[in-house]
Amino acid sequence: MTTTLDPTGAATEVAAPVGVSGKGARRGRAARRRERTPDVADQQRRPLGVGSGTGLGVLVLFLSLVVLLPLAAVVLEAAGAGWGSFWDAITTPQAVRSLVFTVTASAIVTVVNAVMGTVIAWVLVRDEFPGKRLVELVIDIPFALPTIVAGLVVLAVYGRGGVVDLFATRGGVVVALLFVTLPFVVRAVQPVLIGLDRSREQAAATLGARPSTVFRRIVLPPLFPAIASGAALAFARAMGEYGSVLLISGGLAKTQVSSMYAYGLYEAYDFPGAAATATVLLVVSLAVLIGFELLQRRVARRG
Amino acid sequence: MSIQAQGVTKRFGPFVALDDVSLDVRPGGLTALLGPSGGGKSTLLRVIGGLETPDSGEVRIDGRDMTRVPAHERGVGFVFQHYAAFEHLSVFRNVAFGLEIRKRPKDEIRRKVGELLELVHLEAFADRRPAQLSGGQRQRMALARALAAEPSVLLLDEPFGALDTKVRRELRAWLRRLHDEVQVTTVVVTHDQEEALEVADEVVVVNHGRVEQVGPPDELYDKPANDFVMEFLGPVTTLGGRLVRPHDVEILTERSASALPARVARLQRVGFDVRADVTTSEGEAAWVQLTRAHADALALAEGADVWLRTRG
Repeated sequence: MTTTLDPTGAATEVAAPVGVSGKGARRGRAARRRERTPDVADQQRRPLGVGSGTGLGVLVLFLSLVVLLPLAAVVLEAAGAGWGSFWDAITTPQAVRSLVFTVTASAIVTVVNAVMGTVIAWVLVRDEFPGKRLVELVIDIPFALPTIVAGLVVLAVYGRGGVVDLFATRGGVVVALLFVTLPFVVRAVQPVLIGLDRSREQAAATLGARPSTVFRRIVLPPLFPAIASGAALAFARAMGEYGSVLLISGGLAKTQVSSMYAYGLYEAYDFPGAAATATVLLVVSLAVLIGFELLQRRVARRG
Repeated sequence: MSIQAQGVTKRFGPFVALDDVSLDVRPGGLTALLGPSGGGKSTLLRVIGGLETPDSGEVRIDGRDMTRVPAHERGVGFVFQHYAAFEHLSVFRNVAFGLEIRKRPKDEIRRKVGELLELVHLEAFADRRPAQLSGGQRQRMALARALAAEPSVLLLDEPFGALDTKVRRELRAWLRRLHDEVQVTTVVVTHDQEEALEVADEVVVVNHGRVEQVGPPDELYDKPANDFVMEFLGPVTTLGGRLVRPHDVEILTERSASALPARVARLQRVGFDVRADVTTSEGEAAWVQLTRAHADALALAEGADVWLRTRG
C-alpha cells in the first residue's frame, strides 16, 4: 500500500475537528458532554438582546396562560381534597377500567398508525398514481373535522346499520381513534422522506443489499425520529380523545374512555374526582411523550 | 472483468438518452465516458450498474448477461457524484456495509475495513460521522465502501464533480494511482476533458446518446474522428475554413507560398502561453497559441503582418 496524498492535499482536506475520536462510543459521548459544559455557561452569561428578550417574555406569558396555568389548576384541584381522596378517586373499579382501556386502545392505535402512516407517506412521496392529490387532501380530513363530526362519520360506516357493525364495541372505539390520529405520522414522515437522497438507497443496493434490507438499514433510520414524534402526538391525541369516540361507544361502561369517565364525574358535581382523572391522563401522556423523546435520542446516538 | 454493452437503447419519455449504444471495456483498464451534460454517459453507467434497465440491448460483465440482473446481485461498485454517504452510520460502518450485508465474520470485517481506510487515508476518521468530513474525504470514504465488497467492476459517476478544482486535481491523480494498485476494471463518467485525458487509458466520447469515438487519450486528441470530438477534447480555432488546434498553427514573419496572409489583432499573455488573435486577409478571425519564448523570438507585435500555416 504505497498510495499517498501529497501532504498539502492532506492538510487542506482535514475538516474542522469535532468532538473526540475516542475508542468506545460511550467514552466519546462522556467526553463530548464534558466539552459542552463551558459552552452552556457562556450562553447563560450572555445577556439577551431586546428582540429575543421580548420573544422569551411572550413565549412564557402565552405558554403560562394557555397551557401551564390550566394544567396547574387541574392538578391543584385534584390535590385539594388530599392524597387519600385523590387515590380513592383514581382507583375506583370504573376509573381503573376506563384508564386501562384508554391506554391500551391508544397504544394499539399508535402502533397501527405508525406503520400505516409510514406506508401511506411512502406511497404519497415515492409513487405516482392518478388521484394522488385527492388522497393528499383526504389525509387531512380527520384534522379538519370537528371531532363530533368525525364521530358521526365513523358511526355512518361502523355504527348500527353501517357496513360493519362495531357500535358499542371496543373495536368501534379503536376505529374512531384510528381515524382521528391517522394524519400525525403521515404528516411527520412525508417531509423527511421527500428530503431523503435516493442515491443512498442505490448505493446500498450496489453494495449487495436487497430491497427489504435497504429499507430497514438505510431508509428507516433517518425516518425514525419523524415516525416517533408523529406516533407520540398520535398517542397523546388518542389518550384525550372525546368527541369522536362518544357516539360509537354507545355509552357503555366497557367502552368508556377516561375522558368520558372524567366528564361523567364532572356532570355528577364530583370536581375533585374529574380533576384527579385528568391528572392521571396528563401524567401518562407526559410520560409517553418523554419516553418517545428519550427513545429518539438513543436511536439518533446509536445510528 | 470485461464489460460489454450491445445495442443499448434507453428512453425517458420522448427523450432518447441512449440510442443503440455498443461499448467494449477491456478488463483491468480505466475507461472514461466523456461528453457534455445530458449526452447519455451517466445513463450508460447506470445501465451497466443495474440502476437503470435498458429498453433494448444487453449488458455483459465478464461475459455473463447482466441485463435483467438487479443491482444488488451484480457485484459492481458504484460511486455517486454527491457521495451518497449513509449519514446515520460512522465512517467505519459505511465502509463495512457491504461486508455486514454478506454476514462476514467480525474480525474479517474489522481487518478489511481497517486496510481500506488506510488505503484512502481515513484511518483516523473511522469513528466520525460522514457529516464531519470534507467533500474530498467523503468521496474517498465512498470509494473505500465500494471497494470493500470486492466488486468485479468499479463505476464512478462524476466522482469529483462536487469538489473544488484543487481537491479535484489531487483526487484525480490519487484515483489513477489507486487504480494501478487495485487493478479493478474501472469506468469513470466525466464532462471534464482534462480529467478524462489525464486519468484514463481509454476514452469513450458520448454525445446525443451515441458513442462518437473510442480510443486512447492521445489518439482522440491528435486524430479526432469528427469536429465534435475535436472541439470537445481541446481548444480549437478555424483557419481557412477548417478546425485546427491553435497550437498547431505556425506563425511566419516572411511571406510563404503555402501560408495565409494575416494581421495580428491582439497579443495576450496567459501564464506561460501567448494567445495571438489574428485576422486573415479574407477577414477570418482565428487565434494562435504559442510559447512566450517563441513569440519573443518572432518579435510579434499588434498590427504586424504575418503568414499562417498549419503544422503536420
